[in-house]
Amino acid sequence: MIEIDRVTKVFGAGAEAFRALDAVNVTIRQNEFFTLLGPSGCGKTTLLRVMAGFVDPTEGAVTLEGDDLLRLAPYERPVNTVFQSYALFPHMTVAENIGFGLEMQGRPRDEVRRTVGEMLELVRMSELADRRTSEISGGQQQRVALARALAPRPRVLLLDEPLSALDFKLRKDMQLELKRLQSETGITFIFVTHDQEEALTMSDRIAVMNEGAIRQIGSPRDIYDHPAERFVADFIGDTNFLEAELLSKEEARAEVRLASGAAVTARAAEGGAEAGAVTLAIRPEHADLAPEGEGLLPGRLSDVVYFGTDTHFHVDLDAGGRFVVRRQNTPDRAEARAPGERVAVRFGARVGQVLRD
Amino acid sequence: MAGTASARPAPARDLAAARRREERRTRALLLAPAMAILIFAASGPLLIVLAYSFLTPGDYGGVVWEFSLKAWFNVFAERDFFTGEIELADAHLSIFWRSIKLSAMTTALCLLIGFPTAYFIATRPRKTRDFWMLLVIIPFWTNLLIRTFAIMELIRNEGTVNSFLIWTGLIDTPIQMMFTEFALLVGMAYVYLPLMILPVYAALERFDFRLVEAGYDLYAGRWQVLRRIVLPLAKPGVVAGSILVFVPCLGAYVTPRVLGGGKNMMLGNFIELQFGQGRNWPLGAALALTLLVIVMAALIVYVRAVGREEGGRHG
Ligand SMILES: Nc1ncnc2c1ncn2[C@@H]1O[C@H](COP(=O)(O)OP(=O)(O)OP(=O)(O)O)[C@@H](O)[C@H]1O
Ligand SMILES: [Mg+2]
Repeated sequence: MIEIDRVTKVFGAGAEAFRALDAVNVTIRQNEFFTLLGPSGCGKTTLLRVMAGFVDPTEGAVTLEGDDLLRLAPYERPVNTVFQSYALFPHMTVAENIGFGLEMQGRPRDEVRRTVGEMLELVRMSELADRRTSEISGGQQQRVALARALAPRPRVLLLDEPLSALDFKLRKDMQLELKRLQSETGITFIFVTHDQEEALTMSDRIAVMNEGAIRQIGSPRDIYDHPAERFVADFIGDTNFLEAELLSKEEARAEVRLASGAAVTARAAEGGAEAGAVTLAIRPEHADLAPEGEGLLPGRLSDVVYFGTDTHFHVDLDAGGRFVVRRQNTPDRAEARAPGERVAVRFGARVGQVLRD
Repeated sequence: MAGTASARPAPARDLAAARRREERRTRALLLAPAMAILIFAASGPLLIVLAYSFLTPGDYGGVVWEFSLKAWFNVFAERDFFTGEIELADAHLSIFWRSIKLSAMTTALCLLIGFPTAYFIATRPRKTRDFWMLLVIIPFWTNLLIRTFAIMELIRNEGTVNSFLIWTGLIDTPIQMMFTEFALLVGMAYVYLPLMILPVYAALERFDFRLVEAGYDLYAGRWQVLRRIVLPLAKPGVVAGSILVFVPCLGAYVTPRVLGGGKNMMLGNFIELQFGQGRNWPLGAALALTLLVIVMAALIVYVRAVGREEGGRHG
């Protein structure tokens, strides 16, 4: 279990001071595939480097199973990193790279050899053991970097956008491979990405970061279905935002009145307003079209866009604004609706999410 | 149909061959001036020196065109003036030995000082690196003699170092540093240090310092990161720097003359002596060629030894 307690990092001083991490609080569980997700420059790498020991936080504490990590030098921490650039040693072979950490730990020679063999097998690189790292492809380098970091059996593996340099197909393969390695080794993975799809498919839990702070932590489903803030809803997937009035709120259950006058039950994020004007977020695929007069929000269909797997219906709401409904395509359902038609948008109870801000 | 298929590649092959010939001719023409200079400026004088080493010394310098092996014999051995016995030329051998020893020590000292310096500069922010390099290079633009006299000013008996030590009361009589091998070592290290720093810096500047982090991440301490990651990758620079320092040291002339006095003669001074007061040009020529052979042998041994350890490739 890694506990990150109010970690703050300020780069520079005076007028040029920059707060890269702002009181970050998070607890990462044993054997978890934990993802840090956020836009470029939000502090993901900085947080990872604090854990690895390459950045000293300005304030805060980091503990691993209760032991203070900040007291230890990088080479004393049972934490290994897969660097974004891989940082393989160019003067060593694949096998030497993988064995380096074990050698530095002073493990006996035959144990090093055996473990390197196992690791090569694990990442399916046995044939290329004696190649130089400059003589293998990007995807293979990626696997060597992974094996090198896994070989000393760290308690925590930090991965800084390890897949971003790979092409689409290879990326998909490696995503599965990473999941397999994580469950086979039982090591805690802390994975950094700015690719929301990657985060959703791979993680046990996701922390969404923005401007040096964690905005929400939860399972992929949680984060996707119940974004707590506008930033999270916007950053992950597509979202319709509706102005609404909060009528009542009881724990996570909220009654809201939409601009059209219709009332509906929604979920409420923790914190936030108790009454008054709020924003309601609804995923396009969680809503549907209804004949005029039946749904919650009447409007006029302005566009119908065919995407192969699904079709997007753009509705200009009578109450103002635009709402997108996404519906999956099936071969036996011909879409009869055409732009210009009068329709209504509808969605079920507890589908809409009342945002914190 | 079969005829056309096989006939087709033939002209293409001719064309390719013609183009290669053309390229070769162009390259030869372009290289010609450089080759001419190399041949006449490098091997020309060398051939003259080689020829002189097999001639007889003239009474007032120069050579007499009379074949003789005496000069080569005298490089390593001498005939006792009275008994006529042949014995090793101890004086010559000790000069060879001192030259090699001092050059090796100077190279080591330059590496010891130059590597950390180059590392320091290479790890500064990009903006300030040029400034630091300028500090290294400026002395290099100053006349060699002036730099040598500057060292002399520092270490002579009434010089800065001794005056300071006496002033602090650490010593009461000056430490004799001039005209010792120590003076030679300090002087040559100072003079040739930039030649070490420049290539090492060039290698370290291309070095990807993220590899250092990767090393720390994989349980390597500072010393191991240096030995296992930085040094192997900076090796081309270290090799080049060592050669650039060692070779001119072996033939150094001005610095030993000023700082070493007559007692601590090095090969360069000894060779000069043969062409000057010694009036033994053939011996000078033979000694110069011997120096050349030593340099080449040392380089071959060194490069072999360094190249044998695995690694050394960059990027
Ligand atoms: N050594 C440093 N000195 C000053 N500012 C820094 C330093 N390292 C990072 N920063 C700043 O801190 C902020 C966060 O950087 P960080 O590398 O953590 O972002 P990131 O989330 O990893 O982004 P990306 O997705 O682009 O890798 C950035 O604005 C960056 O400019
Ligand atoms: Mg980053």
